[in-house]
Amino acid sequence: MNNNKKVIEVSDLTRKFGKFTAVDSISFDVKEGEIFGFLGANGAGKTTAIKMLIGLLSPTSGKATVAGYDVYNQSEQIKKSIGYMSQKFSLYEDLTIAENISFYAGIYGLTDEQINDKTDLLLKKLDLENSRNELIKSLPLGWKQKLAFSVAIIHDPSIAFLDEPTGGVDPITRRQFWNLIYEAAENKRTIFVTTHYMDEAEYCDRVSIMVDGRIEALDSPANLKSKYDSATMNDVFIQLARKNQVKE
Amino acid sequence: MTVVEVRGLTKKYGKKPAISNLSFDVNEGEIFGFIGPDGAGKTTLFRILTTLLLPNEGNAKVLGKDVVKDYKYLRQRLGYMPGRFSLYMDLTVEENLKFFASIFNTTIEENYDLIKDIYSQIEPFRERRAGDLSGGMKQKLALSCALIHKPQLLVLDEPTTGVDAVSRKEFWEMLKRLKEQGITIIVSTPYMDEAILCDRIALIQNGSILKIDTPNGIVSGFRKNLFSIKANNKYDTIKFLESYEFADSVYPFGDSIHYLDIRENLNSNDLLFDLQSKGIADCKVAVIEAGIEDVFMSLMKENRDEQ
Repeated sequence: MNNNKKVIEVSDLTRKFGKFTAVDSISFDVKEGEIFGFLGANGAGKTTAIKMLIGLLSPTSGKATVAGYDVYNQSEQIKKSIGYMSQKFSLYEDLTIAENISFYAGIYGLTDEQINDKTDLLLKKLDLENSRNELIKSLPLGWKQKLAFSVAIIHDPSIAFLDEPTGGVDPITRRQFWNLIYEAAENKRTIFVTTHYMDEAEYCDRVSIMVDGRIEALDSPANLKSKYDSATMNDVFIQLARKNQVKE
Repeated sequence: MTVVEVRGLTKKYGKKPAISNLSFDVNEGEIFGFIGPDGAGKTTLFRILTTLLLPNEGNAKVLGKDVVKDYKYLRQRLGYMPGRFSLYMDLTVEENLKFFASIFNTTIEENYDLIKDIYSQIEPFRERRAGDLSGGMKQKLALSCALIHKPQLLVLDEPTTGVDAVSRKEFWEMLKRLKEQGITIIVSTPYMDEAILCDRIALIQNGSILKIDTPNGIVSGFRKNLFSIKANNKYDTIKFLESYEFADSVYPFGDSIHYLDIRENLNSNDLLFDLQSKGIADCKVAVIEAGIEDVFMSLMKENRDEQ
C-alpha cells in the first residue's frame, strides 16, 4: 500500500437535522487499498457520515468526493463505484444463493455471461458449490456474511463500505471474514469499515474515532495507542468516547 | 443455594435440535455467562428458563420450581430482558417503566431503590419516547423495566450486542452492583472480553456446552503452547502460516497473530528460526498465556473437527 492516491476526500463535511448537528465539520482522506476503520460510540454520527459518502443523504455543507465523484451531484456514479454491506445484510432470505448472486449482479449491470462466470467463481471461492440452490435463510450467519460481502463487491468496485459486518458471529468466523477483507485490500480495493469489536480496529491501517459528530482522533492503531498511552485500542476508544459522554 | 438446575434439556425445531442435552447449575448470587455466537442456542435456552418456551426433553428448575408446571409462580419472580428490547417505542421512558411496574402489580416508587442507580441516568429524558433514545439509553431503560418487580433471577439475552465499548463497560458495572444486592444474573454475550467479568461461564456452540468453569479455570486449563507473532506484513505472514506444515491454527489477534503448532515442546526461538528460514524475516515470536477467546476458538475447532 505504498501509493498515495486518494479515493475518498472529505473536508468540513457537515449534516444538521433541524437544530441538531449530527456530523460536525469532519475532514479526512482515505488512500487506495487502505483498510480504514471508522469508529465511534452509538449515536456519534457514523451512520449519517456514511450515508453522505455513499450518496444516500445530502450534506448540509462541506465537501466530499468518493472515487473521484462529488457527493452533491454525482451520487449515481458513486453508487456504481462502491460496494455497500450493511449490518442487516441485504440478501433475500427466500431466494437461493445463486439467485441472490445473479440478482445483485444484474442490478449492477453485469451481462448474463459475466453473471454466470462470477457466480461459478464466487461459489467456488466460498466453498458453496454444493449449496448453490439452497435458500439463504437456511444458511448459518457466518456464511451469509461472507456471501453478503462477496455480493457487495461483485461489480468490482474500487471502494467497499462495510457497516458493522461482523456483529454476532463466532470468533473464528469473524477472523475468516477479516481474511476476506485483507485479500480485497491486497487487490487494491479500499475498505471503509465500522465495528464495535476493538480488536478489529487493530486490523485497520488507519482508524478514525468519532465523538459527538466530530473526528477526535485519526491515525494508525500503533500511533493512537502510543499517543493515548494505552495498551489496546479498547482503552484508546474508552478514553476518547467517555470524554463527552456524560452530558447526553 | 442452587437457583437454576438444568438436566438433559433439549429443544428441537422440526428435526433440528436448537439445544441438546444441556445440564448445568447456577448458584445464588452469581453472574453466570453463556458465551457463544448467534445460533448457538442461547435464546432458546433462556426462553425455556423464563417459562416462555416448552422443552422437548429434560427438565429445568428455577428457584426450586419447575419451569413448565410452575410458570405462574416463576413469572412473578423472574426478570427477562430479551435480545431485542421489549420496550414500547411509542411510549415515553416513564410510561414504559410504569407499564412494566403495573403489570407486576407494583409501582416505580416501591422498588425505586433497586433501579435508582440505572434509571437516574435516563430520568432526565423521562418525557422522551423510547424510540428516540440512543442504543445505550434504550438498554438502560430495558434493564430498569426488567428489574422493576424486584426479581430474584435476572435473565439477560445479549444485552450488549451492537452497543459501543463505553456503554458495554458501564452496563457491566451496573450488573456488578445488582449482584451485590443479591440478584442472581444469567447473561449471554458474543463478546469474549465480557466473559472475564462473570463468576462462571459456559462456552456454548451448536446447542451444546463445550465447557463450564470460572474464567480463570478455563484459561488455566489450556495446555497448548500459544505463540504470539508480530510481523511487518501481517497478511503475508498469515497466508504463509496457514500453509505451514506444522500449523494447528492461525488467527489474527489485535495487532499480532496467535498461532498454535502441532509439535509439542516447540519453543519460540525454534519457531522464529524456522519462520526466518522460510523467508518471513521481519517478525517477533513469543509464547503467551491464552485468553478466553483463544480457548474458545480452540475448543470450537476441536468440536468442528470431530463432527
